Amino acid sequence: MAEIRLENVAHSYDGGSTFALNPISLTWKDGNAVALLGPSGCGKTTLLNIISGLLTPSVGRVYFDGVDVTDLDTAKRNVAQVFQFPVLYDTMTVRQNLAFPLKNRNVAKDVIAARVEEIAELLGISKYLDIRPLKLRSDLQQLVSLGRGLVRKDVPAILFDEPLTVIDQNFKWTLRGRLKEMHNNTRHTLVYVTHDQTEALTFADEVVVLNQGNIVQTGTASDLFLTPQDEFVGFFIGSPGMNFLDGKVNDGAVMVGSTRIGTTHSATTIANGNVRVGIRPEFLSIDVAGKGLPVEINRVEHRGGYKLVHADSAQGKFVAKLDNESALVAGQNVHLAFHPERTYLFRDSKVCGTVNVKGANK
Amino acid sequence: MKTYNNKAWFLVLPVILVVSFTALIPLMTVANYAIQDIFSPDNRLFVGMKWFYDITNDTLILSAFKRSFQFSIQALLIQIPLGIAIARIMPKSGWKASAALVAVAIPLIIPFNVIGSTWLIFSRKDIGLGGYLLNKFFDFDFTSDPIDGWGLILAVDVWHWTPLVVLLVYAGLRSIPEPYYQAAAIDGASTYAVFRYVELPKLRRVLLIAVLLRFMDSFMIYTEPFVITGGGPGDATTFASILLTNIAVGQFDVGRAGAYSLIFFLLIQIMSFIFYTVLTLQDREEVTKSK
Repeated sequence: MAEIRLENVAHSYDGGSTFALNPISLTWKDGNAVALLGPSGCGKTTLLNIISGLLTPSVGRVYFDGVDVTDLDTAKRNVAQVFQFPVLYDTMTVRQNLAFPLKNRNVAKDVIAARVEEIAELLGISKYLDIRPLKLRSDLQQLVSLGRGLVRKDVPAILFDEPLTVIDQNFKWTLRGRLKEMHNNTRHTLVYVTHDQTEALTFADEVVVLNQGNIVQTGTASDLFLTPQDEFVGFFIGSPGMNFLDGKVNDGAVMVGSTRIGTTHSATTIANGNVRVGIRPEFLSIDVAGKGLPVEINRVEHRGGYKLVHADSAQGKFVAKLDNESALVAGQNVHLAFHPERTYLFRDSKVCGTVNVKGANK
Repeated sequence: MKTYNNKAWFLVLPVILVVSFTALIPLMTVANYAIQDIFSPDNRLFVGMKWFYDITNDTLILSAFKRSFQFSIQALLIQIPLGIAIARIMPKSGWKASAALVAVAIPLIIPFNVIGSTWLIFSRKDIGLGGYLLNKFFDFDFTSDPIDGWGLILAVDVWHWTPLVVLLVYAGLRSIPEPYYQAAAIDGASTYAVFRYVELPKLRRVLLIAVLLRFMDSFMIYTEPFVITGGGPGDATTFASILLTNIAVGQFDVGRAGAYSLIFFLLIQIMSFIFYTVLTLQDREEVTKSK
C-alpha cells in the first residue's frame, strides 16, 4: 500500500545505444489500480521490473511513499509480482507454494495456514492444495502462481505481468471480477501489464498507454476512448480502432477530398496544410441528406448487436459501427456524417485540434 | 485387414553386423573363455560354471570390488557437490563465461596416461612440487603409505572428472528460465532456498546423468592407478579393473579373467539399469497429470 513515483526513469539493455524505455516520470496514487497497456516490446514489462526491483533503471529514481528505493533489491522492496507464465516450485505442494513467500518472511505458522486457505478459496483452487502443481493443467498452475502474488498482505504494491494469458476465456472474466473485488477490499496499489485493452479498461482506475518506450497517454478508460491524444491511442484502443483519413486545413475549413467536413474548433488555430482526420467507428453515421463524405460500401459484417460497415473513399478506408436497423448492402454508395466534437485532427501523430461539424457542407 | 511388410527389417542388418563385430562377438569370445580352462590353444578343458563359483569365493577379487565400490562412492560424494558449487559460481555470460568453460574443460581433453604421468611426478616427495609442499606440513608418500596412495588416486579422479559434472550442471543451470529466479527474489527466498527449491529440482535429470556417468567411470578406473601406484602400496589401490588385467595378461588365466569380466560387466549393467529406472520413474509420474 504505497504511492509509487518514478522520476525520469529510463532503461537501456545494451549500455545506452538503444533505450527500451525512454525517460518517464509519473505518480500512481496509493490504492489505485493502474494498467500498463501497449503492444509487445513497448517497454511495459521493463517498467514493471524496474518497479519490482528485478531491473535497476539505467537512469532515474523510483520512490515508494516518497522513500527512494532505487538501490534496494527486490526482496527488500517487498512487492509482489505475478508473471505471464506459471512459475512454480516443482518439489512443493500447492499449499507449500502459496505459503512460501510468507514462510521466507517468518510469518507465524497459523497465520500462514489461514491466509493460504483464504487465497485458495478466492482463486477456487482449494481442492488442489495438497498435490504438486506439476500435476495440474497450465491454467490451474497459473492460478497457483497468481496466489503466491496475492498471499502477502503487507506489500506496497502487487504487480501483474499479463497474468491471465494462459487462463481460459470464460474463467478470465470471473477471475478479473474477483481480482477487482479483492482490490476494492484491500486497496493495494495494483499495476497490471497487458496488451489486451478490454482487460486494461475493465480492470484499472487509470490506464497508461505505452508505445516504443514512451508513455503516449494516461487516463481513464473513457478518456482514452473519447479523447485520444495520439494516433497510436486512437488506433490501439477501441475495437476496431480509429479511422484515419488524409485531409487538409484551409483557412479554418477542414477538407477531406472535396468534402468540407467542418471547421477547426474556434479555440484553436491550426496552420494551413495536411492533417490526418481521425474518427472512431462508433461516431460515424449515415447522412441521409447526402451532404457527408461520399463512400462506397465494400462489406457489411453482422456482429449480432451491431453491424460493422467497411467502406472505401478516395481518402482511405473506413469502418463504421452502425446499429442493425440501417439496411446497407455491399456496393451501395452512401454519405457518411461525422459526429460533432468526436472528430480529431492529428499532425505528427499528435492531436492538434478537433472539428466543429456545424460548419460542414451546406 | 492391414498387411504388414516386414522387409524394413533388412535395413537393421547393417547395424546388427557392426554391433556384432564391435560388441557381440568379442563378448561371446569372453563368454567362451569363461567356461573353459585353457592351458594352450590346443589344450583346453570345459569346466562349466567353475570359474564363476571360484570368483564368488575369491577374497582377493571380492575385496577389489569392494575397494572399487568405496572409491566410486567417495568420488561421487566429492565430485557432485564440488561440481555444483563450481558451476554455480562460474560467470553466466560474456567472454568470462567462455574463458571459464575452457579452463574447466582442460582436464577432460588430456590423455589419461598423460594425467597419470603428470600427477606421478607432481606428487613425488623428492622431485615433485606437490609432494614436496605437502611434506612441509605432514609426511606424504604415496609409494609407501596406503592412505596417501588412495588419497592421491582420489584427488586425480576429482581433478580429472569434476569438470564433467561442472559442465553438465552449468548447462542445466543455464537452462533454468530467468522468471524462476525473479519469482524467488519476489518471494524473498534466501540463496539457500533458491538452490534448494529452484535449482536442485531443475537439475534433477542432469544430476542423474552426472551420477550415472561418474559412477560407471570411477567404478572402472584403470589408467590412473596403473600409471601412478600400480595398484599399491600393497593392494591399497588394486581396483577391480587393475586386478582383472593382472589376472588376464599377468597370469594369463583367461578362463578366470573371462568369468571375472562378465561379472564386472553385469554389475555395471545392473547399476546403470537402477539409475535409468529411477530417472524414468519420476518422468512417468509427471506425465500422469490430473485434469
